[in-house]
Amino acid sequence: MGKTLAQKVWDEHVVRSAEGEPDLLFIDLHLIHEVTSPQAFDGLRLAGRTVRRPDLTLATEDHNVPTIDWDKPIADPVSATQVETLRKNAAEFGVRLHPLGDLDQGIVHVVGPQLGLTQPGMTIVCGDSHTSTHGAFGAIAFGIGTSEVEHVLATQTLPQAKPKTMAVTVNGSLPAGVTAKDLILYLIAQTGTGGGQGYIVEYRGQAIEELSMEGRMTVCNMSIEWGAKAGLIAPDQTTFDYIEGKPEAPTGADWDAAVAHWRTLVTDADASFDKEIVIDAADVTPFVTWGTNPGQGVPLGGNVPTPADFEEEQDRVAAEKALEYMGLEAGTPMRDIKVDTVFVGSCTNGRIEDLRLAASILQGHQVAEGTRLLVVPGSVRVRNQAIEEGLDKIFTAAGAEWRGAGCSMCLGMNPDQLAPQERSASTSNRNFEGRQGKGGRTHLVSVPVAAATAVRGTLSSPADLEA
Amino acid sequence: MEKFTSHTGVAVPLKRSNVDTDQIIPAVYLKRVTRTGFEDGLFAAWRSDPSFVLNRPEYASASVLVAGPDFGTGSSREHAVWALQNYGFKVVISPRFADIFRGNAGKAGLLAAQVDEKVVQKIWDHLEDHPGATVTVDLETRTVKAGEGVDAIEDSFDIDDYTRWRLLEGLDDIGITLGHEDAISSYESTRPSWKPVTLH
Repeated sequence: MGKTLAQKVWDEHVVRSAEGEPDLLFIDLHLIHEVTSPQAFDGLRLAGRTVRRPDLTLATEDHNVPTIDWDKPIADPVSATQVETLRKNAAEFGVRLHPLGDLDQGIVHVVGPQLGLTQPGMTIVCGDSHTSTHGAFGAIAFGIGTSEVEHVLATQTLPQAKPKTMAVTVNGSLPAGVTAKDLILYLIAQTGTGGGQGYIVEYRGQAIEELSMEGRMTVCNMSIEWGAKAGLIAPDQTTFDYIEGKPEAPTGADWDAAVAHWRTLVTDADASFDKEIVIDAADVTPFVTWGTNPGQGVPLGGNVPTPADFEEEQDRVAAEKALEYMGLEAGTPMRDIKVDTVFVGSCTNGRIEDLRLAASILQGHQVAEGTRLLVVPGSVRVRNQAIEEGLDKIFTAAGAEWRGAGCSMCLGMNPDQLAPQERSASTSNRNFEGRQGKGGRTHLVSVPVAAATAVRGTLSSPADLEA
Repeated sequence: MEKFTSHTGVAVPLKRSNVDTDQIIPAVYLKRVTRTGFEDGLFAAWRSDPSFVLNRPEYASASVLVAGPDFGTGSSREHAVWALQNYGFKVVISPRFADIFRGNAGKAGLLAAQVDEKVVQKIWDHLEDHPGATVTVDLETRTVKAGEGVDAIEDSFDIDDYTRWRLLEGLDDIGITLGHEDAISSYESTRPSWKPVTLH
């Protein structure tokens, strides 16, 4: 019997396999940032260990960094210490670091692909759950905790129990104006936040094949939001074209050898999955969340749900708590919800294609009075590219704040945060209570919905701007 | 890591599903560079409410958390496990854990015991009737026990064999893996030359 893509990549990385034990997997690329690494480096020092493969390790600063005044010292002393600690550790252990101010600084999941370090068939880990992003290239990529970061630093391997495999097949083409973000929010609303638990998920089908690499990254990025171990997509010409010419991509004979291997990284026709989900792309519409987990979503044209309508008691209770936290009345049309702040950015939607899309909608419009729009590129290179294309001028002319690269308002760890009860429409990945700042209320949206919402001040789609 | 065999302690009913890592410890508390001191951030938003279950005096010495399904969803932050441990928790019981949280718990020595949802409901009922009651979690026999006499609750819990063994023995994963150094070196010698590197 044939193998799935995930099984092929897994099997190529097994260093050691023994009955009753997890497989020991070799890790091709270990990405590091300032928040989840200090205790790991400390552990190495305490045990007198070194980084086994600094040449397979890359560090950036992203979670803590400010997106204004990035050329000045970080104002928050605790954040500054954490960033400084990463710099000291990188120097001491010989790890390549792209610090604030560097051309290759940015969100770790934007930096890996743009450097060409993310390639098909690799195993990639990082102390960050959105490592699943890199699965868009046909890699097995997943988030790990700090003890595991230390383990990978010391051994370049990780003991892992083999997950089950699932296929999500998206048939047909996404309707015009519907994005990868809408697709993944739609999927999570069907499966719930635990639906993917224990699985490596392969996204496939016509709608997935038609996505750009940026769109594929958006889908894989949110695999963790429905509990999946990882999400991946078979590499194809779109993938190869994206990688070719990137700074760390193979060249010459190496490129030919690499592509020849990458072409084998597809699920065999006679392979079987432990579970399959089939979606009709035509069913997907602009999708937004109303609650406090990414599975609590509805079409933009829908209403805030009524808790009593949920069949399971647990879902009813969760909905009641969510509505109370979000300050929403059941039955309110989603389009009537007024938004204070719109955030375009993050490892979900902070790439150049996202900024182009936002600019195309904002051009000739103004951000609504009483609404704030933050546009935060995922990396310095994305920022520079946007400037080269004149997108920054469109953003500032519309009244948006055009920022520096970083995680920014995705997670309330740096100065970009919501105030209590402040409501956002956010292109990021999590709408948990307090995620964007204590008491902040988050609606997850796609880039087009974010841009249109900024113009109208209420949750909107670009079509609403024509009316 | 300390060996874990069995633990009996005051149990807290946390009657919520989808307790995500941003609830367990908000990002703003993740800035320390140590493994200790995270107890101040544990359930920080909820603890500001005086009626939150952990603020009740009968749970002051709690060491077993009994939560709803999908505990620990979201971020990979091991700080969520440390915050629970720093506060004094030894065990978390839930019908379903998020993968990364469960992995982190196993590495750090916090027991994540997966217990059937109906049994969790029974334990919640028992704890509501007897605030401050204890629950016993025995890793050797994989059983969870609460109450006495006719109302006693006893059931099994799920944990994977390998994590159970490591917890029982108090073993450090890195030490185990470094014992397979030959296998790692041999694997490394076969990697294709076109695989990317970060240093040139």
